[in-house]
Amino acid sequence: MNANVQKNCRLQISIVWNVLEDNSPLNFITHVFFSLFLCVINNSLEFNSRNQVGYLPSTLKFQLTERMEEERQSGVISKWLGGLISTMRRLLFTFMSSGPIPQHIAFIMDGNRRFAKKWKLDEGAGHKAGFLSLLSVLKYCYEVGVKYVTVYAFSLDNFNRRPDEVQYVMDIMYEKIQGFLKELDMVNRYGVRVLFIGDLNRLDEPVRLAAEKAMEATAKNTKTYLLVCVAYTSSHEIPRAIYEACQEKSLALASSGKNDDGIVNDDDDDVIKVVDLEKHMYMGVAPDPDILVRSSGETRLSNFLLWQSTNSLLYSPKALWPEMGFWQVVWGILKYQNKCYYLEKKKKQA
Amino acid sequence: MDPVAESQKFFRRISQSSNIMLFLLWHVVHLILSVLYIVREIFRAIENYLITNGYVKTYTNLNLDRVKYLGIVIDSDEARNTSKVVELLEWLSALGVKKLCLYDREGVLKKSKAVFMERFGSTENSVAGPLVSKKRMDFEFVSITDGKEAVAKAANLLFKKYYVDGDSEKPFFTEAHLTDALKTLGAVEPDPDLLLIYGPVRCHLGFPAWRIRYTEMVHMGPLKYKKLGLIMKAIHRFTKVKQNYGS
Repeated sequence: MNANVQKNCRLQISIVWNVLEDNSPLNFITHVFFSLFLCVINNSLEFNSRNQVGYLPSTLKFQLTERMEEERQSGVISKWLGGLISTMRRLLFTFMSSGPIPQHIAFIMDGNRRFAKKWKLDEGAGHKAGFLSLLSVLKYCYEVGVKYVTVYAFSLDNFNRRPDEVQYVMDIMYEKIQGFLKELDMVNRYGVRVLFIGDLNRLDEPVRLAAEKAMEATAKNTKTYLLVCVAYTSSHEIPRAIYEACQEKSLALASSGKNDDGIVNDDDDDVIKVVDLEKHMYMGVAPDPDILVRSSGETRLSNFLLWQSTNSLLYSPKALWPEMGFWQVVWGILKYQNKCYYLEKKKKQA
Repeated sequence: MDPVAESQKFFRRISQSSNIMLFLLWHVVHLILSVLYIVREIFRAIENYLITNGYVKTYTNLNLDRVKYLGIVIDSDEARNTSKVVELLEWLSALGVKKLCLYDREGVLKKSKAVFMERFGSTENSVAGPLVSKKRMDFEFVSITDGKEAVAKAANLLFKKYYVDGDSEKPFFTEAHLTDALKTLGAVEPDPDLLLIYGPVRCHLGFPAWRIRYTEMVHMGPLKYKKLGLIMKAIHRFTKVKQNYGS
C-alpha cells in the first residue's frame, strides 16, 4: 500500500477528532465519510497509487463521487447535524456560565511530536495538527467567556532542538501569522488582541516582523486577548523584569535628583518592590492565569509562567495536544469551578 | 389583553425559569462531581491498601536515586496539624528520603521547625542512638517570603551593585545574576526533583518560582487523607519519567 496514501489516511482520521465539533457540517461529513471509506478501501484492495480516488474500482469511485455530490447539493442532513451540535455546545456553555468562568487560561501545547509518532505521520504533521487543535480550543474558550488565553508556542529551550525542526516551526508560525493578517477584518470584528510574549529578538527576522505587525494591527481590540509565548522562559522573564525595574528606578531617581552624590536611600528602604517587578514582567499585560493546562499528562511546568501560577489550578489531561478539544476545556473549567472558592481565598490571602 | 405583551411576559417567565433550571442543574452537576471525588478517594484507599500490603509488586523496590531532593507543599491550614506532618515525615524517612524541602505559604511549618529537627534532623541529638541514624533527613523550610519577596530583595541587591554608581557598566541581567544575588542573601538549595502537593487543589501555592522549572508536581490530596502507597506510586512514576528539557 502506498506510504503517502497511508499517511494521508491517518492524518484524515486524526483530524476528524478535531473537526468533530466544527461548525462546518459539510467538512465534518466529508472528513468522516472520506477517511473511513478510504481506509476500508485501502486495506481491502491494497492499491498502489498516489491519487486517492483515481485507481479505485470504477463502481466504488462512482459511488464515492455520487455520495459527495449528493451531500453538496442537498446538505440538509449535514446542516441539521451541524446546527444541533452547535446548539448543544452553546447550551452546555450557558449552563457552565451559571458558575464562575475563569478569566485567564494558559495552555502548554505539549505532545505534537508524540502525536506524529503515534499516527506514523511526518514529524511536521504533528505541529500542523496541533495548530488545528489550537484553533478549536481557542474557539471554545472564547465562546464560554474566557477573556485571556495564553499558549506556550515555543520555549527558549526549544532552540536546542534540531535546526531543521526549529526552522520548520518558525516557518509554520510565519505562515499562520501571515494567514492571520489576511483575516484582520474578522479578527477585529471579534475584538481579539494578539500579543507575542518573549524574547522576540531570538526569532528569525521575517517572523519577528510579522509578529510585530500582528500586534500593532490588533492593538485596539479589548474584548478578548490571545497571548502567544514564543522564545519565552520564566528564567529569562524574571531577570529581565529585574533589569527593566532597575532601569526604571535609576531613571526616576536621576530625574528627581536624589542620587546626586551617588548614594541611594538607606539600606532599609528597598527601592524595588514585588509590584515593580510584576509591572515589568512580559505577562504584566494580563492577570495571573486561573487554570494552567498541560496536555499529554506531564506534570511539570517546563519554565512556563512559574511566577504567575502561584494560585493557578494545574490541570494535566492525558490527551496529546492535537487530541485536545472540547471535553478537555469543559472538564478543566468544571474542575476550576469546583475549587474556585479555595483558590479565591488563597488569592485574597496574598 | 394585548397578545404581544402576553407572549412577551410568557417568554420572559420561561427564560427566567430556564435560568433557574440551569442554575439548579449546575449545582446538581457539581454535587455529582463531589460524589465522584469521594468515589475516587475510595479507589485510592483500596489502591493504597494493595500497595502497602505488597500485593502490587511494581512498587516494592523503589529507586530513590533519582529523587535527590523531594519537595512537599502543604496547605497552611492543614500544616497546623503537626502530628499529621510528623506522620508523613516518618513515612518518608522510612522510604529512605534523605533531603527534603517543606513549603507552606504562611510559614506555619517554619514555626514547628524545632519539633521536626529534633525528631528527624541530621544535626546532633544526644538522645538518638545509632539505630535511628538512618531516619535522619536534611530539611529546608520555605514559605512565601522566600519566593517573590526574596526575588525583590535580590533585585535591590543588584540595583545597589550596578546602578548606584552612575558610571558603572550595567549588564543585562540573566539567571546567573539572579542566582548570585540570591546566594548573597542566603543559602541556595538545589531545585526539587519532585513536588508532592498536599491540599485540596493541585496548585503550588507560591513555591519559589525559579526553583520549579522542571519539577514534576503531583497532587496527593488533603493531608488528612495521606496514604503511604500513593507516595510510593508517585515516586515510582517519577522514576519512569523521561525529560527532554525542551530539546
